[in-house]
Amino acid sequence: MEGRQLVGMKDKLFRILLFVAALVILLLAAGIIYALVSRSMEAFGEYGIRGFVANAEWDPRSATEEYGAFSFIVGTLYTAFFALLLCVPFSLAVALFNGEYFRGSKISSFVSSIVDLLAGIPSIVYGLWGFYTVRPIIIEMGVNAQGFGIFLSSVILAIMIIPYASSLSAEFLSMVPNKLKEGAYSLGATRLEVVQHISLPTAASGIVASFILALGRALGETMAVTMLIGNTNRIPQGLRDTGNTMASVIANQFGEADGLKLSALIAIGLLLFVITAIINLIAKMVMKKLARV
Amino acid sequence: MQRLSPLLLLLVLLISCNNNSARIEKSGSGTVLSGAGATFPYPYYNIVFRDYMRLNSGLTVNYGAIGSGGGIRSLRDRSVDFGASDAFLNNKEIASMNAEVIHVATCMGSVVMAYTLEGVDSLRLTGPLVADIYLGNIRKWNDPKLRIINPDVLLPDLDITPVYRSDGSGTTYNFSEYLSMVSPEWSNVMGKGKALKWEAGIAAKGNPGVAGIVQQTEGAIGYIGSEYALTLKLPVARLRNRAGKYVDATLETISAAANVELPDDMRATITDSDDPNAYPISLFTWILVYKDQQYSNRTKKEAEALIDMLRYVISDGGQTVAAQINYAPLSAQAIEKTRKLIGEIHYGGEAIGRDER
Repeated sequence: MEGRQLVGMKDKLFRILLFVAALVILLLAAGIIYALVSRSMEAFGEYGIRGFVANAEWDPRSATEEYGAFSFIVGTLYTAFFALLLCVPFSLAVALFNGEYFRGSKISSFVSSIVDLLAGIPSIVYGLWGFYTVRPIIIEMGVNAQGFGIFLSSVILAIMIIPYASSLSAEFLSMVPNKLKEGAYSLGATRLEVVQHISLPTAASGIVASFILALGRALGETMAVTMLIGNTNRIPQGLRDTGNTMASVIANQFGEADGLKLSALIAIGLLLFVITAIINLIAKMVMKKLARV
Repeated sequence: MQRLSPLLLLLVLLISCNNNSARIEKSGSGTVLSGAGATFPYPYYNIVFRDYMRLNSGLTVNYGAIGSGGGIRSLRDRSVDFGASDAFLNNKEIASMNAEVIHVATCMGSVVMAYTLEGVDSLRLTGPLVADIYLGNIRKWNDPKLRIINPDVLLPDLDITPVYRSDGSGTTYNFSEYLSMVSPEWSNVMGKGKALKWEAGIAAKGNPGVAGIVQQTEGAIGYIGSEYALTLKLPVARLRNRAGKYVDATLETISAAANVELPDDMRATITDSDDPNAYPISLFTWILVYKDQQYSNRTKKEAEALIDMLRYVISDGGQTVAAQINYAPLSAQAIEKTRKLIGEIHYGGEAIGRDER
């Protein structure tokens, strides 16, 4: 009897512990949001939310001080979406290789572990690799004179997000019911036709969701982008141009900032938080749709 | 002990949060001096304070490199024994301190133009041309304006990539202050400040970031703190000074910039100095202390320790250390005036700063 009581108490204790842990996380998240919102108020109060978001001026000189986030929002979306575009063919190929053609084979587990390894490389290493190895190639290609810019950062970002997009996509591809595929084969479909008409359409929403998650990762990447994008505070005029992203402007200027500039940087952080949250929400909704099917 | 450990943990946390600005309480065994401020002289202070602590056992000097602005704020809050700044206090800042502050010059430095051009190992530049490059008016290395002052150099037909600091920086301030002096267009379009709105080029964080890009990019030019560039032995341009002479940035030419009549309070700008041998973008860095050391529970012993430490920094020993790590030593005149200023420090009216040596 006593033993059972003890077990019951332990169970209760464990439950309380879990509850507290969950609560702490929630409080932390709330605290972060509170800090971001309260400290960005100065900038939003000065320019208004729309005025801050839509203004491309970033002038830190005290005489003509003016801060707007637009050029960084453009830079962020530009690099992230171009990186996504570059990563789609590669991730999809890897996903089909691992999730369809060579599913469960030795070579597939080898390839997928190599791709997963890419996800474990610290972003500073990607930054250095981009700086010393990829940049000379970009200069050689004649993209621009010094190599830095949207193009270089997007190429590196694309490589960084391939593992996120491909491993999740492969997961969804391997979840396609065998019955469907066998049915198609029995009707005389070739392997390509099965992939085209059965596997890809069935796993489509899952694949889309995994790409959206990869996009979210590209949006927030800081270190590698800061090293490669050129850090110019204006709207990039094209792929060859330099620019700046929301994450990298914060990383660059936070140290010496105070007053209105500090508030503007925190406001950019809040905007990035909101954009990433929206992206993740979309991915969740797409996946939910898949779960219903 | 077990009951103490959470307290200890809290203490450690508090200290680690505040070690930049908060004066650490006396540990009983010895005196603790704490300071905060400029990052530019940090490597020098690191070594000179360490040497000083070795000579004076039981004494601890803490320095937090939190930036000049932070150093001034900390001194104003009286949370440190000394502040440090790359810019002297302007009259408004002096008024805000609510007590008289003394500027103790500690060493000198400069801003140099580092570049990478294959086959070009000597390059001459003038302030207005540097301004033109950063304004985007000169875009090619073989621009006629550059060729005229470099008759013996074969400049390539290559785009110039100007590199600047992406973070707020005293180096940017000194660079832009100099260009504002020598180029009216710069003064109108760009002005001076720790961060600017740039017209041309790309940006990187810190001296290492700028130096990295310059070293790795053919045709790049960037402004870098001399203490960093000289240590790395980067190729740097010779700049034309006020006397019309093209000078290399060396410890001698930087020190020479202070060979002008310095004000008694040592709040001196030596940018674009008149001295014929001076490197034009040279600067002092200062430690700031209150003239009256009797404030917020400070003991006389602490005040005396502070004065002794300041004397050590400007002594031959301290200045030799500076030169070893590529900070230019103070000129004789600067040392003389600074010594006099230290002598004026008192403790509630009691003279304690007089030099007995």
